[in-house]
Amino acid sequence: MGNEKVIEIENLSKQFREVKAVNNLCLNVYKGDVFGFLGPNGAGKSTTIRMLVSLINPTEGKIRIFGKDLKSNRIDILKHVGAIVEKPDFYGYLSAYKNIEILGKLSQTDVSYKRIMEVLELVGLEKRYKSKVKTFSHGMKQRLGLAQALLHDPDLIILDEPTTGLDPQGMKEVRDLLLYLSNEKKKTIFISSHILYEIELVANRMIIINKGTKVVEGFVEDLLNSNNLKVTFEVDDGGKAKSFLDNSVWSGRLESLAGNKLIFSLTNDEIPKLNRFLIESNIEVSAVVPTRSLEQYFLNITEKGE
Amino acid sequence: MLTLVNIEIYKIFRKWRTYIGFIAIAVLVPVIQLAMLAEGERSLDFMTRNLQQSFVFVGNLLNGYLISYIILNSLVIHIPFLIALVAGDLLAGEATAGTYRLLITRPVSRFKLITAKFFSAIIYTNLLVLWLAIVSLGIGILIFGVGELIVIKSSSIIIFPKYDILWRFVLGYGFASLSMMVVASLAFLLSSLVENAIGPIVSTMAIIIAFIIISAIDIEVFQKIKPFLFTNYMNSWRLFFDDPIDVYKILQSVLILLGHIAVFFGAAVYVFHKKDILT
Repeated sequence: MGNEKVIEIENLSKQFREVKAVNNLCLNVYKGDVFGFLGPNGAGKSTTIRMLVSLINPTEGKIRIFGKDLKSNRIDILKHVGAIVEKPDFYGYLSAYKNIEILGKLSQTDVSYKRIMEVLELVGLEKRYKSKVKTFSHGMKQRLGLAQALLHDPDLIILDEPTTGLDPQGMKEVRDLLLYLSNEKKKTIFISSHILYEIELVANRMIIINKGTKVVEGFVEDLLNSNNLKVTFEVDDGGKAKSFLDNSVWSGRLESLAGNKLIFSLTNDEIPKLNRFLIESNIEVSAVVPTRSLEQYFLNITEKGE
Repeated sequence: MLTLVNIEIYKIFRKWRTYIGFIAIAVLVPVIQLAMLAEGERSLDFMTRNLQQSFVFVGNLLNGYLISYIILNSLVIHIPFLIALVAGDLLAGEATAGTYRLLITRPVSRFKLITAKFFSAIIYTNLLVLWLAIVSLGIGILIFGVGELIVIKSSSIIIFPKYDILWRFVLGYGFASLSMMVVASLAFLLSSLVENAIGPIVSTMAIIIAFIIISAIDIEVFQKIKPFLFTNYMNSWRLFFDDPIDVYKILQSVLILLGHIAVFFGAAVYVFHKKDILT
């Protein structure tokens, strides 16, 4: 991936009356990145995306896209940006083809039959091009959303939870399409999600935000493949296990005990060693579940809605 | 800009609600005309009974012109609802449907988007008034033929010869169009403020009814503000059926209505420019 910054966000904030949806957010997306924008529901992802495509005005901070200030170069910038913002809504009383044609005209791009059918084929809707959008399922609208975002062959693609409402096959197809756009077409992609696994599969860099603030940012590989694991050992007798552990070298590694589930902070190499220790102490281990610490953190904030 | 206006017009005419106004006029006006065909002679006789003691009426007084004049008089107060039905939906409808997000993420300025929508509202309004003119005047002439137009004012009676009428109708309908454009502009402004199309439609009608009531009540305070209410000029198309025509009064009315349009549109542009799209 290059060093050329495609998106630069500096100290971005958005205040809605008493709620601060985005708080002093900073991030950079580089050319060729598939950038994962991760956070639980209500973290401020959609608000940030709405500011990126000028649907709402920031209260504070700056956004630069392709090196230009968004506020003063909005039209120039949007010519090279394709986006899906939240759920894909269209003119239900018009056909898929007509919707794309209208949006293409507004983007001042090629709206020939050939080009429109090309993008509809890319998202698997070529056979339904005459159907009115009001007859489409959510998944089909999501695909049409992708089609309108790709029609004008943008350099930057901004997608707000593009796999929401899709079945597993549809989710895979979208992931494959994103990888194709990134690897073959060299597009820069900014994709938001509240599912870590989804980001892990497609993104090379990512940021996690919560309550409108950055929690962590970096390369997906570095953040998720760290050797710091939370490992859950499920045993036959949690109390007995704890008494053995208290008098061993493992006592400092035990983080919590809930019934017969013991959670440790371990490295990869330590898992079999601890397992052997428990077995040699006559404690039956029925399951060992390692979880990466970032994943655990993300699960916590998602489940608790912190 | 032309492309944007074309797109907006296309969208308007692909919606069922757009045709409600045209259908309502196509049904209502012939119903009035047929009623006039059955009862018109007697009504006209009743209206002119006092005058018949001093004058002898000859010729075809119950003609297409008179019918069209009566229809314009009675419908010009009701047409605003049909205008608001479409103009009130133009912006709020996009918010309700969530399609603002598609429009505003395109490389087009918000000013151009809203101007195109406004022009499409104006085009729809003019087409509706033109349709009213075609149906009421056209079918009226077909059924009843042409003749002199008898216009009864509060203190006088004017009879226009048949060769001196058509141009008055052309300008009268033109003026009616202008007053309906004010209604469209008001509905459009209200549409920019909310995210549900019902609100602007109901609010537009509520404002028009309130203004008409204020204008009608003979209280000094109300009479003072009356000249500033656009509803006060909605019937000024009748000025073209005066003899002589008061050109100054007509120009004054036109300027006041144009001023209203400019203010309503300017406010809508301001609101739309500042608006955070949250739907």
